[in-house]
Amino acid sequence: MYKTYEEGFRSQKLSFIERFWGISFSYVMFISILAAIGGVMLYSAANGKWYPWAFPQLMRFGLGFCAMMFFAFVDIRIFLRYSYLFYFAVLIMLVIVEVAGYVGMGAQRWINLGFMKLQPSELMKIALVMALARYFNSCTLQRIESIKGLIIPLILVIMPVGLVLTQPDLGTALMLLFTAGAMFFAVGIQLWKFGLVAVGVLTSLPLAWQFLHTYQKNRVLTFLDPERDPLGTGYHIIQSKIALGSGGVFGKGFLNGTQSHLNFLPEKHTDFIFTMLSEEFGMIGAVFVIVINLIIIAYSYVFALRSASYYGKLLAIGLATSYFLYVIINMAMVLGLLPVVGVPLPLISYGGTVVLSVMSSFGIILAINTNRNINIGKD
Amino acid sequence: MNRDNDKGKILISRSLFLGSVQLLLLFMLIFRLYYLQVYQADKYRTLADENRISTRLLVPPRGIIYDRHGNMLAENKQNFQVMLVPEQTPNVDKTLSALKKVMPLSADEEKKIRKSLRRNRSFVPVKIKDNLDWEQLTKIMLNMPDLPGISIDEGLSRYYPFDNIFSHVIGYVAAVGEDVDTKKDPLLEVPGFKIGKSGIEKLYENDLRGVAGNQKLEVNAVGRIMKEIESEEGVSGKRVDLSLDLRLQKEAYDLLGDESGAIVMMKVDTGELLSFASAPAFDPNLFGNGLSSIEWKELQDNEKKPLLNKAVSGQYSPGSTFKMIVGLAALKHGVNSKKTKSFCSGKMSLGNHTFHCWKDAGHGYVDMEQALQHSCDIYFYEAAQKLGINKIADMAREFGLGFKTNIGIENEKSGFIPDTDWKMRKFGEPWQQGESIISGIGQGYILTTPVQLATMISRIANGGYEVSPTFTKYDKSKKQELRKIDVSPYGLEIVKKGMYDVINTVGGTAYSARFDFKGQKMAGKTGTTQVRRISMKERQSGVLKQEDLPWKYRNHALFVGYAPHDNPKYGVAVLIEHGKSGTAAAHLGGKILRKALELDATDQPID
Repeated sequence: MYKTYEEGFRSQKLSFIERFWGISFSYVMFISILAAIGGVMLYSAANGKWYPWAFPQLMRFGLGFCAMMFFAFVDIRIFLRYSYLFYFAVLIMLVIVEVAGYVGMGAQRWINLGFMKLQPSELMKIALVMALARYFNSCTLQRIESIKGLIIPLILVIMPVGLVLTQPDLGTALMLLFTAGAMFFAVGIQLWKFGLVAVGVLTSLPLAWQFLHTYQKNRVLTFLDPERDPLGTGYHIIQSKIALGSGGVFGKGFLNGTQSHLNFLPEKHTDFIFTMLSEEFGMIGAVFVIVINLIIIAYSYVFALRSASYYGKLLAIGLATSYFLYVIINMAMVLGLLPVVGVPLPLISYGGTVVLSVMSSFGIILAINTNRNINIGKD
Repeated sequence: MNRDNDKGKILISRSLFLGSVQLLLLFMLIFRLYYLQVYQADKYRTLADENRISTRLLVPPRGIIYDRHGNMLAENKQNFQVMLVPEQTPNVDKTLSALKKVMPLSADEEKKIRKSLRRNRSFVPVKIKDNLDWEQLTKIMLNMPDLPGISIDEGLSRYYPFDNIFSHVIGYVAAVGEDVDTKKDPLLEVPGFKIGKSGIEKLYENDLRGVAGNQKLEVNAVGRIMKEIESEEGVSGKRVDLSLDLRLQKEAYDLLGDESGAIVMMKVDTGELLSFASAPAFDPNLFGNGLSSIEWKELQDNEKKPLLNKAVSGQYSPGSTFKMIVGLAALKHGVNSKKTKSFCSGKMSLGNHTFHCWKDAGHGYVDMEQALQHSCDIYFYEAAQKLGINKIADMAREFGLGFKTNIGIENEKSGFIPDTDWKMRKFGEPWQQGESIISGIGQGYILTTPVQLATMISRIANGGYEVSPTFTKYDKSKKQELRKIDVSPYGLEIVKKGMYDVINTVGGTAYSARFDFKGQKMAGKTGTTQVRRISMKERQSGVLKQEDLPWKYRNHALFVGYAPHDNPKYGVAVLIEHGKSGTAAAHLGGKILRKALELDATDQPID
């Protein structure tokens, strides 16, 4: 039955079947390939055993997969409706973690749900994007370009970033900042404002340096000169580069990475798993993983641009950027291009919350694609 | 609406830009990967191998030292050690206390063990005790089931089966000292590695040591061995065959007994040393395992100086054993002939100084042969007076006195032969005639070592050939023509006749030491040297008997001799510190020469 265009977006309510066929199965496939690679690498990290990492991680991926599928079926308007609510819920969780950590006399980043440990800061990566997308969706361009219009989004950003920083989790805080920055850029905030911030950051860097923890300072210093402390903080970077470099083009073969299996490579199942992959499968394996990630990000952008709604576009771009930041920061870090900030490689590194949050993001992106023809107003 | 359109357009264009930047950054990662994994791959491969491969040196077995008949004088003995690997036992303390029931440990040892247990990682074996004897070993083996984490390790350690007998020749091995340049050989840096510290062990160190093998092991980040990658065997140390004869060395050692002294015997034609004993000696096996400070102090404080190799490092006045040199010089320079006689009244005067013969009553008229037989001092006083010191010194040097023999044993002394130039240089005074006179009987400034005396007597015995002592077994293929000393065969005959009479004619100073083994006899010369001055007063009141003197004031006893008398093969020098009289030394010399003659038939030269 023919529907007018107007009619089409007003009364659209997609059926379950429509939603199912709306899912991009190639997108899901690439995600699954990455997760499979992750399982393989975790199997290798445990010297050819499914435990303690590979099997639990694949279980989590299964859980994440369910989450992705669940969100893929959600109507985009529901995301819009609950954006702020979700944001504040996660913000409160961050506060709880902060207080609990204070009481527990130490850094605490997670809430124990029994079956898994939930890091609210991970969820905040989605929540912040949703909140900002909703905010900018409701603004006019004039408001976006005005100074006043910046106040609310800045508050939305600063609150979680501040909380995460005090945990202290510099990596996540930076990712939140960069994600928000990318969104600010995408919505059209004038470049001179970014310039102003850049100048401001640069001038206040020496001041900020004072507030860094000693270990954070060390990480930065060690990044700048790994040989400074080859057995201490520089050890990770040096050993990571040795592992990567010695892998060569074709790698040392599955389960044959000497650096990783002889434990020269630290954190090989978490932050440095990409190093281990590059050692065992060489440049070919590493480039393959990069290309898969590239495809996933490119798909996300395509979905974003295909979406009819401003909210959908911005939400997809924010989530894609957030994922991109994971990938780029982790890889640049193990390749010695960035200081070691403790960012995992999603879907491949061992870790539960990241899988859940990233898979949820993918679910939302899939939903945006499915709901691409639904136009939403500026409510 | 228009602005809303712009809002959407801006979002699209900016996100396209954002996406491109992200794409670019991901490509940049690929370039970085290329840089690390292709451009710098070799560098990092090397670094990775350095990380994982640990090279260990395999210590080669040290060369065995044999005597001339193939008896082992220094060998490598299996050394069993008890080791404890802490991670292989659920409870280290329990294992240790169980072990203590089987093999008691001193509090000191336990302290050491606990210290290394604390210092090392739990997979590193810690040495509990080494040099286990069979009883300890079997006890531990039997109790193995109750001793988790305990294992037995087998290594090699140097062993000298004849304890003291060869200590001054063979020397000993001990840990590499700080004075050694460890850069030259990686073996020197192996913990617990031992090198030759003295004697043959030091002289032939380069041959004996061998070449290290290599074992490449894969280790993980904490140093645990994962597997062996490759192993390259080293080269065992070369065997060393010495000229020494175990039986004669034993004999020499037994003969010296509790005395302090030295016996050096060599073959007069080749210079091969057959026995080379210095007594008392020490047990070189103790040195390898580390001597306690008490044991060390005992060795150092002993008045008989067991650590001193008297054969090369002890310098003594040759006394009357020097008379052959004076006789040969006198004959060569024609100051005396065979028939020249001196009248010995028991003393002679020069200016206001009186020189005594050892026999107060005097010997009457004596020719050179008789003078040697009776060891008459007056005859040689006169000969020396006529010769002057320089001619005597020249002859002495021809026979190897005053120079190091360079047999390769450390701390060898050169002895001393004086001459007029030296006196002038040293004291700025001219040589005195009286000094020549006492030099005639081997006293005064003259100093010799027992190995020099053995060389001297061998050169006399072999007819004046310049043979030199050596520990190397004679090799016919490397035969060298020996230089002939400028001394007449006729002169040597006279001296040898005198030395024959010393032993074999009634009245000879060592007549009591004579023997006749199948018609083979020895010839020789005794020497008795004072270590104290006999004062005028004592001479008048009667010289004290040697027995009445404390040990350290008694005379040194010397003897040089060879056998058989008519076809000399073996030359010997005997020194007994404070042995009272040269005759005592002659008895030892006689016994060992006889032994050598008895063993003569078994001595096979290498072809």
